[in-house]
Amino acid sequence: MTTTPNSPLSTPNSPLQTPHSQIIKVKNLVKKFGDFVANDNLTFSVEKGEIFGFLGANGAGKTTAIKQLCGLLTPTSGEAEVAGFDIFTQPEIVKKNIGYMSQKFSLYNDLTVYENIRFYGGVYGLSRKEIKERIGFLLEKLNLEHVRNTFLKDIPIGWKQKLAFSTAIIHKPKIVFLDEPTGGVDPVTRRQFWEMIYEAASDGITVFVTTHYMDEAEYCNRLSIMVDGKIVALDTPGNLKEKYESKNMDEVFIKLARNEV
Amino acid sequence: MRIILFIIQKEFLQIFRNKGMLPIIFAVPIIQMIILVNAATFEMKNIDILFVDNDLSTTSKEIIEKFIGSDFFNVIGKSFSIEEAYKKIEKNEAEVFLHFPNGFERKLIREGVVDLDVEVDAVNGRAAGLITGYVSMIIKNYNQSLMIGKLVPNIKPWKIPEQINIETSYWYNPKLNYKTFMVPGILVILVTIIGIFLSGMNVVREKEIGTIEQLNVTPINKYQFIIGKLVPFLIIGLFEFAFGLVIGKLLFDIPIEGSIPLVFLCVTAFLISVLGIGLFISTMNDTQQQAMLVSYFFMMVFILMSGLFTPTESMPNWALVLNKFNPIFYFLKINRMILLKGSGFLDISKEFFSLIGLGFVMLNLAVMRYKKTL
Repeated sequence: MTTTPNSPLSTPNSPLQTPHSQIIKVKNLVKKFGDFVANDNLTFSVEKGEIFGFLGANGAGKTTAIKQLCGLLTPTSGEAEVAGFDIFTQPEIVKKNIGYMSQKFSLYNDLTVYENIRFYGGVYGLSRKEIKERIGFLLEKLNLEHVRNTFLKDIPIGWKQKLAFSTAIIHKPKIVFLDEPTGGVDPVTRRQFWEMIYEAASDGITVFVTTHYMDEAEYCNRLSIMVDGKIVALDTPGNLKEKYESKNMDEVFIKLARNEV
Repeated sequence: MRIILFIIQKEFLQIFRNKGMLPIIFAVPIIQMIILVNAATFEMKNIDILFVDNDLSTTSKEIIEKFIGSDFFNVIGKSFSIEEAYKKIEKNEAEVFLHFPNGFERKLIREGVVDLDVEVDAVNGRAAGLITGYVSMIIKNYNQSLMIGKLVPNIKPWKIPEQINIETSYWYNPKLNYKTFMVPGILVILVTIIGIFLSGMNVVREKEIGTIEQLNVTPINKYQFIIGKLVPFLIIGLFEFAFGLVIGKLLFDIPIEGSIPLVFLCVTAFLISVLGIGLFISTMNDTQQQAMLVSYFFMMVFILMSGLFTPTESMPNWALVLNKFNPIFYFLKINRMILLKGSGFLDISKEFFSLIGLGFVMLNLAVMRYKKTL
């Protein structure tokens, strides 16, 4: 497991001069929708190859944060670098280097499994040969060869989520952003999904994942907990449990969410 | 470029998988052609006519005979009361009546000139104009026969007072066949529907189901996106036009005087400008309903101002200025000129380049308005 010597929270005013291994650097990021502050002065960084969890209740601002890092939303103020590129000035270069799986299922239901992956492989600039190879490899690994030519609308949601994840990393991005990837998925499939996440991480892909499942939080290398648009804690699950004197992440989260600390 | 091809491939797969799509592509042109071309005619037949004959003379009877003998009129009866005739018009039982006042023939013979009352229902001004035209034509013919045969029986034909004869020859549509005039127009409407509606709905649909978000995190740039969305509908539009043209030829035997490749070059330019408008509308709206309403509004305005039903020459100046931004106005003109007159590129170049310009502006607006951020 990767650990960071100093949590960014302890030194919030340090300049963005960070070691090479930091693949996401965020400093004082603010996003406002009118008067509502969705993200209040976020400052954190993510190490290369790490599985970084964003934990928070509904409406805590997780999705807003992830959308800004992906270039889907423009931040109100602050600084952020993803894969070495500024999200304000180089959002399109950022997009070449990341994968994204949204909360809302977003592959095409009226295309087959094969056509969906081929399309995304194509728009990420893979050659026909690469696309073919990767689809073959991927379907074999997922054990989904038999639904290769089935319309996406006809396969179960668990399979769809796995496909969506595989599609998000078809171009071997440096970072993949997963926004509540396991919503509505049964425990067994969730387990398998996390195996896929670990596999991606072992291939060198940094994983940035949001969730509100506490058991999933335990799988992350490091966690940041968001409450009302602010990051209230950031550390490894082990350190967090120790610090807040809790048996599991559930307790940590409830304590933080209820402002008991 | 390769990215655009992947988008086009995906669009085609989705378009043809949509079960509602194929009937639209094939049925719409056939139905439009058959219904609209036959229905939207300006020719009038069976005009209901009534005579109020207070004269009961040979002249009045002869004139009435002329109307009975005409294809255009359907004589619904005679009456002696003007009030009754007006009532018939009010009840829509008659469209026009002729009133021969008492002493009509006497005055004609004595003075050589007499007034004949023609009362027309002018709720529909255009129809009223046509009816008046037909009535005057019949009266004028009768007048001429009077001059030659009856009123001046003793004058030999060569002594007939000289008159100016107007000989009309109708160019490009010698039989004054309205179908010939309408088919090119209906074809234009056909491709406009494809252009404005299908393209716009397509992008908004991606917004509604949320797939656009996934596209927006990919490196697809705005131009690739807009062109990828444009090309499939351009191809469908061209096919649609060709299909409509074939139907027009087979069903209505419309003349195709000009060069077919030139027509298709112009359809392409036209489609690019209407697709640009459709895509531009789709970038401004988030739901299919909104996009539908806005598209519908523009399409109505464009069609009504285009000169399909009313000649643009009679529009006020401000309308002519607005028409400079109306792609249908240009293409309608081009299409009629090439198909009916056989005009060449030089004759339509002004309209052609206007279309190209409009298309360029609209596409760029669409690209500018399309936001990859929420």
